[in-house]
Amino acid sequence: MTQAVLDRPGGSVKPARPVPRRRRAGQGTGYLFLSPWLIGVLVLTIGPMIASLYLSFTDYDLFDAPHWVGFDNYVTMFTRDDRFWHATGVTARYVGLSVPLKLGLALAVAMLLNRAHRGAGLYRSAFYAPSLLGASVSLALVWRAMFSTGGTADRVLAAFGLGTGGWVDRPQFALLTVVALAVWQFGAPMVIFLAGLKQIPKELYEAAELDGAGPVRRFRSVTLPMLSPVLLFNLVLETIHAFQSFTGAFVVSSGRGGPSDSTLLYTLYLYQRGFTDFRMGFASAMAWVLLVVIGVLTALLFRGSRRWVFYAGEGR
Amino acid sequence: MTRRSWAWHLLMVVILVVLLYPVGWLVSASFKPAEEVLTGLSLLPSHPTGDNYTQVFGGVAGYSVWHYFANSVVISVGAVVGNVISCSLAAYAFARLHFRGRGPMFGFMLSTIMLPQHVVLIPQYVIFQKLGMVDTFWPLVLPKFLATDAFFVFLMVQFIRALPGELDEAATIDGCGPVRTFRYVIAPLLRPALITTAIFTFIWTWNDFFSQLIYLNDPGRFTLPLALQIFVDQTSQSAFGPMFAMSVLALLPIGLFFFAFQRYLVEGVATSGLKG
Repeated sequence: MTQAVLDRPGGSVKPARPVPRRRRAGQGTGYLFLSPWLIGVLVLTIGPMIASLYLSFTDYDLFDAPHWVGFDNYVTMFTRDDRFWHATGVTARYVGLSVPLKLGLALAVAMLLNRAHRGAGLYRSAFYAPSLLGASVSLALVWRAMFSTGGTADRVLAAFGLGTGGWVDRPQFALLTVVALAVWQFGAPMVIFLAGLKQIPKELYEAAELDGAGPVRRFRSVTLPMLSPVLLFNLVLETIHAFQSFTGAFVVSSGRGGPSDSTLLYTLYLYQRGFTDFRMGFASAMAWVLLVVIGVLTALLFRGSRRWVFYAGEGR
Repeated sequence: MTRRSWAWHLLMVVILVVLLYPVGWLVSASFKPAEEVLTGLSLLPSHPTGDNYTQVFGGVAGYSVWHYFANSVVISVGAVVGNVISCSLAAYAFARLHFRGRGPMFGFMLSTIMLPQHVVLIPQYVIFQKLGMVDTFWPLVLPKFLATDAFFVFLMVQFIRALPGELDEAATIDGCGPVRTFRYVIAPLLRPALITTAIFTFIWTWNDFFSQLIYLNDPGRFTLPLALQIFVDQTSQSAFGPMFAMSVLALLPIGLFFFAFQRYLVEGVATSGLKG
């Protein structure tokens, strides 16, 4: 920038002077460009965060003024509310099942696609498509119909002698349909894995092969370490995402989280407390617990990653 | 080698068929008569019929399906315009302009990408209620004009940082201030990032269910996802056919976007880790 000032035709003899003047002019312009974001962050993010923290210590039904109750919401939640613990358990099961399955499938298919046969690009795009469609109500309705009693899944399984009945109507299976809907959308992490696989130098595999490493050994000693930063990225992103999953469970259970609360994801229970029971204070407290849980879990994932993530060029 | 290649293609086709079966099932169900919808395994309707579509065009919960379609379009297009404008302005400021507090603000912006929306949900609802905007499209569109989708700001910051600084300097020498530099130099070069932002904003807003569920109550303002959800709970099993016809219509724009922009979409995910 200083160079540009110097080069300016007819520029002053002392080039240092115009710089601070323009900097000062830049200050205002910077804020001008930033003003939409600044307003948004103050009015729609920071303000509401403080407000929801405050509301979490109150009883608030949206119509009467919030009534301060101290830690009551939190105490009730942790000690007296069975549905809260139930929803937490359902969410833990959902995250614990859907994230590993989705990432495992994504990695497996990415490795297949990385073999550079003809048409790999076409398959890549096609496998990605469910990631765009799967978040919709339409697909959740398809799932609900396909896994209903007498529906497609029921009849196919019955043909193999596995009469499970409708999955969405049975507490022991209903959550699995929501998990299946999530796993079906493995395309997005797959595309990210594939981009990571393409970065691994071919020489590493050749060297490993010369040393007599079989496919399993090559996967464990070359692919996994080289891919570990991408794996961590996908793991963090998908975990955070899974905790906030809502639409699938809502649609499959008609918004009730049934049967027998078996699909009552955390966000679904939060929605019910806030927007059907109008317990806004309680719902705010739930939101803050969710934030803390996600924050702690992300921190743990990063901490634990020091032991298994390998950054090439760090010389370890 | 060729045999392995055959095996590979066979495996890919099997995965493809399994993956796309639900979509095929949906399209086929929308052309099936009521009694065949749920139970038929075959993807080919034995008696194809357009009745489901006729019924949906005729009216669902008092409005033609086009009414809900139009509502979804208005909200999605509004969100696209908002995100493209506000996020690019903020990104230019973060990437190129110097002002006090830039570093901490940039850090905060990044952290909001990971913030669960539930934490701000209720106070935001209260704000929009006080403004009399609940049950209008404003709560769904207005935040986009305030760059609340921080992810896209980050995407564009990365993009602008990769542009050579000499361009800005050349513009400065030619007498452009930051405003004109943005307008005539940065914005045109930013086009690929703007397109990625526009496509993903459209698809995410089009598919969005949670915010629309919370802010829209009057059936006249319902979007396609809301109308679908209400429709399915109000009707008996026999109406599944029309519901699937409506589902197909709801997925149609996404399908078109996918075919038109699949390169942008897949590259966008590959290079920036968009969750898709």
